[in-house]
Amino acid sequence: MAPNLSIFDISGRAMSAQLVRLNTTASNLANAGTVSGTEAGAYRAIKPVFQTIMGEDGAATVAVNRIDHATTAPVKRHDPAHPLADKDGNVWEAAVDSAAEMIEMIETSRHYQNNVQVLATAKGLISETLRLGQ
Amino acid sequence: MPPVDKLFGIHATALKLREQRMSMLASNIANAATPGYKARDIEFSSALQLAEDGQAPDAAIRYRVPVQASLDGNTVELATEQTAFAENALAYRSSLSFLQGRIGSITRALKGE
Repeated sequence: MAPNLSIFDISGRAMSAQLVRLNTTASNLANAGTVSGTEAGAYRAIKPVFQTIMGEDGAATVAVNRIDHATTAPVKRHDPAHPLADKDGNVWEAAVDSAAEMIEMIETSRHYQNNVQVLATAKGLISETLRLGQ
Repeated sequence: MPPVDKLFGIHATALKLREQRMSMLASNIANAATPGYKARDIEFSSALQLAEDGQAPDAAIRYRVPVQASLDGNTVELATEQTAFAENALAYRSSLSFLQGRIGSITRALKGE
């Protein structure tokens, strides 16, 4: 059965989802530039997958369905002087696109702000309705 | 028509519909980054007509036609949604002030001021 979603549920859950997205971006940026001695051990960017949660009367909110690893491969770099280099002198750099992550961060923050704005407007209107006739 | 509807006219119904439309627009804004989400809106005049006939506004729900479709199948355009949300909030507030005026005059009449 579709849940009955109030406007606070809709925007509140969307804010949580955007916060998860912001956390993954932070993890990715924190790990950008890390180096590993094996290809499998190199850091791969993580991305949340959003999913719509449908409610009653056409309401819908969003939830994080799962967190996936990006499919981009770590960059192999020949650096024999590196302490983590393998027997062939190769190291693998984390598969993180810093510029894309920064864009993701800005977009996430804009979406978060929009949801806060929706919540503030709805809260104001509901309070005004409560004061009706006073 | 029940007496309370006669008292408040169309604004009681309008307020209910405005609230429902606000939820729907909030849903669109919440799903602004969900791939494949199709934005929806309530066509207000049709919904009001339906409500006058005592029907649910389901038949007045329409899918938004995007100005420029995005590759992931999401049809939410924040500028459109924010404008619609602001317009809807203003209309809600105006219905509210009509009701406020009505309640005020009835109260004055009752008190005999």
